Amino acid sequence: MATVPLPTRPRPAAPEPALPPSDAKSKARRAHRRPGFRREQLSGWGMIAPAALLLLAFIFIPAILGFGLAFTNARLISPRPVEFVGVENFARLFSDPTFYRALLNVAYFTVIVVPVQSGLALVMALLINKKFRGVNFFRTVYFLPVVTSMVVVSLLWLFMYRKDGLINEILSAVSFGLIDGPDWLGDPNTAMPAIIILSIWQAAGFHMIIWLAGLQGISGELYEASQLDGTSRWQQFRYVTWPGLFHTRSLVLVTITIQALGLFDQISVMTQGGPMDSTTTIIYEAVQSGYRQQETSYASAISLVFFVLVLIVSAVQRYLTREKD
Amino acid sequence: MNKKFTKILATSIAAAALTATLAGCGKGSASSSTEGSGEIALWTHNAGNPDELAAVQTIVDSYNGSQDKVKIKVQAFPQDSYNDSVVSAAAAGNLPCIVDIDGPNVPNWAWAGYLKPLELDTDLSGYLPSTVAQWDGKPYAVGYYDVALAMMARASDLKAAGVRVATIEQPWTKEEFQDALTKLKALGKWEHPLDLGTAGTGEWLPYAYSPLLQSFGGDLVNRDGFQSAEGVLNGDKAVEWADWFRGLADQGFMAKKSGKDSTQDFLNNKSAVVYTGSWAVDKARAAIGDDLVVMPPVDLGEGPKIGGASWQWGVTSGCSDAEAAMDYLSYSLKPENIAAVAKATGTIPASEEAAAQIPEFAEGGTNRIFMDFSRKYAVMRPETPAYPFIATEYGKAVQDILNGANPKSTLDNAVKAIDANIKSNGGYKN
Repeated sequence: MATVPLPTRPRPAAPEPALPPSDAKSKARRAHRRPGFRREQLSGWGMIAPAALLLLAFIFIPAILGFGLAFTNARLISPRPVEFVGVENFARLFSDPTFYRALLNVAYFTVIVVPVQSGLALVMALLINKKFRGVNFFRTVYFLPVVTSMVVVSLLWLFMYRKDGLINEILSAVSFGLIDGPDWLGDPNTAMPAIIILSIWQAAGFHMIIWLAGLQGISGELYEASQLDGTSRWQQFRYVTWPGLFHTRSLVLVTITIQALGLFDQISVMTQGGPMDSTTTIIYEAVQSGYRQQETSYASAISLVFFVLVLIVSAVQRYLTREKD
Repeated sequence: MNKKFTKILATSIAAAALTATLAGCGKGSASSSTEGSGEIALWTHNAGNPDELAAVQTIVDSYNGSQDKVKIKVQAFPQDSYNDSVVSAAAAGNLPCIVDIDGPNVPNWAWAGYLKPLELDTDLSGYLPSTVAQWDGKPYAVGYYDVALAMMARASDLKAAGVRVATIEQPWTKEEFQDALTKLKALGKWEHPLDLGTAGTGEWLPYAYSPLLQSFGGDLVNRDGFQSAEGVLNGDKAVEWADWFRGLADQGFMAKKSGKDSTQDFLNNKSAVVYTGSWAVDKARAAIGDDLVVMPPVDLGEGPKIGGASWQWGVTSGCSDAEAAMDYLSYSLKPENIAAVAKATGTIPASEEAAAQIPEFAEGGTNRIFMDFSRKYAVMRPETPAYPFIATEYGKAVQDILNGANPKSTLDNAVKAIDANIKSNGGYKN
């Protein structure tokens, strides 16, 4: 993006880095420091050990096992020995129309949710990044859905989306009975949009908080300076706020995308992938085959493909949002 | 500095050790209760179901009091996580001695080697057939009760519409049913006169709708060897069933997606005829009294059918004291025990002796009809280890068909998936 050089204030001088020790002195020093240095290193390792162990036991090993299982015929319940079957699971996966439908659904979901949710969250953050009476009230209200579990939220919206639910009642009331709302989750055309709306509503508050942190990290002096230069509101946003949010932007983008790709809770509670596969997703398919259909290896294959997809998508995003200079 | 470092190191080692113990803990703890001290663990899915749990606990207490060789210890799980708990315990080799199992899952667990064939002192021949789960010619689990599906309606509504009350001697035929729904709809009292519980998910779908398919002459899988669903789940009869089922919605007789609680909707007069289980009858009778009629499901060609089997008990193959476990099961099957559980849960008692002790189920009792349904119409869900897979594929097909998918191609796809699954598991042979 075209960035305009900003009037930057000299930063408070960072503490002077210790001068690289000159030869003779340093040798003596290094010899003197070594035991302490090693000790520090050791204690460093000691401190990450618990976390590393947990990560290893609960993240890395299961992940590697899962990837391995994708090439076998392992089942959740089976008296038969596990056999290596090569890419059979993948061959089956890539010839499964439901899988492509799931990919398409996830892509659809992501393409809508990422821009809309991040945009909405930014607008909300801008609105409450002011000092006025009751700002905390609004912050709380916007954040409330985030604190509520997605399962609970889905259950509530399940009732609202019903044919005779709240939303259709409102639609009917405001249109004096002209609009007869659809069965939102029961109609293949409206099920996914309904889930998209709910998802955006639920998680926007979370990203609002991240945007807010970013906004508050922008120095107030920049705004003062721009005011002195006589900028309009829009110019202020365009040339001060937006560039100032660079890192926040990347973060929000990547987290929303990954969250969107992993769509599962809403589907599991509200539609079970239906009607007619219109809301099925990759994770839902993996859980469905792994647990309900007991095909561990097939579910592993789905997960592996999903992992690679997420990797590619976030790599591309990282590339596109990198610092260009 | 030195001291501080030692402290940190010690703390982290302790933390690491603790983590390792915690991780390893899962292995030891479960089995410890089954070994030594003559204690036998019993797992049940009843944690969220206080009445049934209490009834089971009473049996266990009376057994524990009746002898001093072994003690049974009850461990209850919530139903939703029960299967997962058993499967993971089995994977870790830590199954308790006695488990309860949802009937249709028994072949799957028996095939996996979790269960031991039953060797009981009790004679099971007089039991409701659907309460004894067989696989490979041997009984693997036995239940205290079964449930039965039925159609309930208000006698006054049927009379107003000029529709005959269906009976066990003369169930409604397909044509009569069509005619009844047309007449009921014409009364204009309900948006949808029929409620088949189409909002249901999971096991409800095969449980409720595969009997309809079977009544048409189709089935979930070819029961001769259980090797393929070809021609059975996607044959002419099955497609006929699909068209009929979908037609009920198209003609406005039933909602593509009913309310969450069909029984409540029926009691609130949102539907005229509801297809639900015997578990709902007490509530319905309390609400509408003598106006309630309980009718068999429709005869769609091959006679009315209902799904058989509910929760049952089995002994695991790894049990260290299988003899004691069998002894407990035999003891628990005493008529008064069965009657106590059936009473607590409002279910159909498995044996005639037990039924005699419950007025509603005794000869001439108000709920006796369900026992007759169970004896006369129950079809076991296919007794094959492939059942869990078949059930999910069928459930999905039902929902898709209801939502307008092409019946033939939907059923073809389900058959393809089922056949591939059976084949990839070597035909689920022992």
